[in-house]
Amino acid sequence: MVRYLLRRFLHGVAVLWVVVTLTFVLMHVAPGGPFDRERRVPPEVLANIAAKYHLDEPLTRQYARYLKELMQGDLGPSYKYIDRNVNDIVLETFPVSATLGLLALLFALTFSLPVGLCAAYYHDSWADRWCMFLATLGISLPNFTLGALIIWLFSLQLGWLQPGGWGEPSRLILPTLTLGAAPAAYLSYLTRASLLEALGEDFIRTARAKGLKESAVLLKHALRQSLIPIMTVLGPLVAALVTGSFVVEYIFAVPGMGRFFITAVTDRDYPLIMGVTVVYTALLACANLLVDLCYSLIDPRIKSLET
Amino acid sequence: MVKKRKRGKGLWSRLREDRMALWSLTFIVLVGLAGFLGPLLSPYAPGGLEERRILEGPSLSHWMGTDGLGRDLFTRILYGARVSIVVGIGTAFIALIVGTAYGLISGYAGGSVDHLLMRVVDIFYGLPDLLIFILLSLVFGRNIVGVLIALGLVTWVRFARITRGQVLQAKELIYVEGARAVGASHARILLRHILPNILGPVAVTLTFSIPSAILAESTLSFIGLGINDPYSEWGTSWGTLAQDGWRAMRSYPHVILFPGLAIFLTILAFNFLGNGLRDILDPKGR
Repeated sequence: MVRYLLRRFLHGVAVLWVVVTLTFVLMHVAPGGPFDRERRVPPEVLANIAAKYHLDEPLTRQYARYLKELMQGDLGPSYKYIDRNVNDIVLETFPVSATLGLLALLFALTFSLPVGLCAAYYHDSWADRWCMFLATLGISLPNFTLGALIIWLFSLQLGWLQPGGWGEPSRLILPTLTLGAAPAAYLSYLTRASLLEALGEDFIRTARAKGLKESAVLLKHALRQSLIPIMTVLGPLVAALVTGSFVVEYIFAVPGMGRFFITAVTDRDYPLIMGVTVVYTALLACANLLVDLCYSLIDPRIKSLET
Repeated sequence: MVKKRKRGKGLWSRLREDRMALWSLTFIVLVGLAGFLGPLLSPYAPGGLEERRILEGPSLSHWMGTDGLGRDLFTRILYGARVSIVVGIGTAFIALIVGTAYGLISGYAGGSVDHLLMRVVDIFYGLPDLLIFILLSLVFGRNIVGVLIALGLVTWVRFARITRGQVLQAKELIYVEGARAVGASHARILLRHILPNILGPVAVTLTFSIPSAILAESTLSFIGLGINDPYSEWGTSWGTLAQDGWRAMRSYPHVILFPGLAIFLTILAFNFLGNGLRDILDPKGR
């Protein structure tokens, strides 16, 4: 167990290093810089700025400096927000994005499991077809179209909820719905497909032969088996929820990490871009590790911990 | 395991039985035609400004109304179809060529080569798509070519994974052993024997990667990080049109309704077509 965790940790660190290096190179290859202005800036000012952020050093020195600071947990200063560094911004905005992402995940799971179960239980009936039709609609609806529709309906026409912002719990409802809709649709698909596959297996026939009720067969035997494919996508799904929130945070004016990332890209605030990338990558690695650990809880036959 | 299928019917006649997929295919062809025949269908130029008809609702002369600069929205959507279709199909084919070649080599070589190549894929897989896409488009520029390269670089991983998995299964089969026994070269075994037998799942992946490319491009254009040319004579992304509409939504919802609907229906059609193809070509993936 300890060895397994250690190996996974080292693998995660390696991935993080590759990502940091790639992003670093990309940022320096990209045309345009954070201090380009329409107005001509005196060369002395530019030289001062470059000296302040160590931009006058050779690239290898800058890279080494960044890695060293990163290992100490320092993501560097922000070019745009002069009085704050990237750590402050991440610490302030990450909880917002995480709350939104987790709520959306919760919504997606509570919605998709019953729908998938229903579709699989009534396989090939009109109920099944309608569930899958709705799921396809949900997958095809872009975040921003759905968000606009929801705001138009619930805020502008009905006037029930605020169209954005952060703070009171009621402001969370619309962004959660928007962010969670596509994952809900996708998970419904997946639940149905993996349930149907599980229902074809021998142990289901045994369970039925024992005279178990169909609902017990489905909920106790088939569902457990079909949780594995669902678990597998949960890791990438967490990533999709966090990045999908770029758009949702933008639409609903949620002060999360995604919105800062968008403005950072527009402003070419390289340390902030890199910081957010590092946080996302680390988050995704952790999510995937958690998923792998959960496998063996659901299915004792998978012994990921011992290999 | 490759199941034996009834060979009596071709792909086309089986697709024709799937009404949903057939309607979708028709719709996609119409969108494609509309995009490239746009100038013939609409009397307006995409950049034609009419100062007196700003933000008008749909009418007989302007089917979808006009935008904030008095441009005919229907015309702009017709021209925007080009962008979506080119981005969707272009990305899918770039990813198909790169990813399939990569997966073929990785799966066929096996062993440590396979291990190493798949580690690279794992790293790409371990990153959120939109994030890489944004970072890459910073480098390659916010034009259609830059977006194609960036999206292709994000999407190829799917093809690499699918192809490798299929090759791993296929190369253990008897016909490959047979080909090897009669002295066929590696290239011949790969291209003549294995590739044709794994085309089904690859074609399904191809169909599904078109809508996700369209979705990614329009999403990025919506938040202002995608293709950035709102005054293009060639065509403006539906995502940019939706962004225009978003800003005017409170009073003029039609300006976001039509671009949003266009994106939604196009993606929906590709997804339905993909479902249809999957049922025919890759029955196990259902």
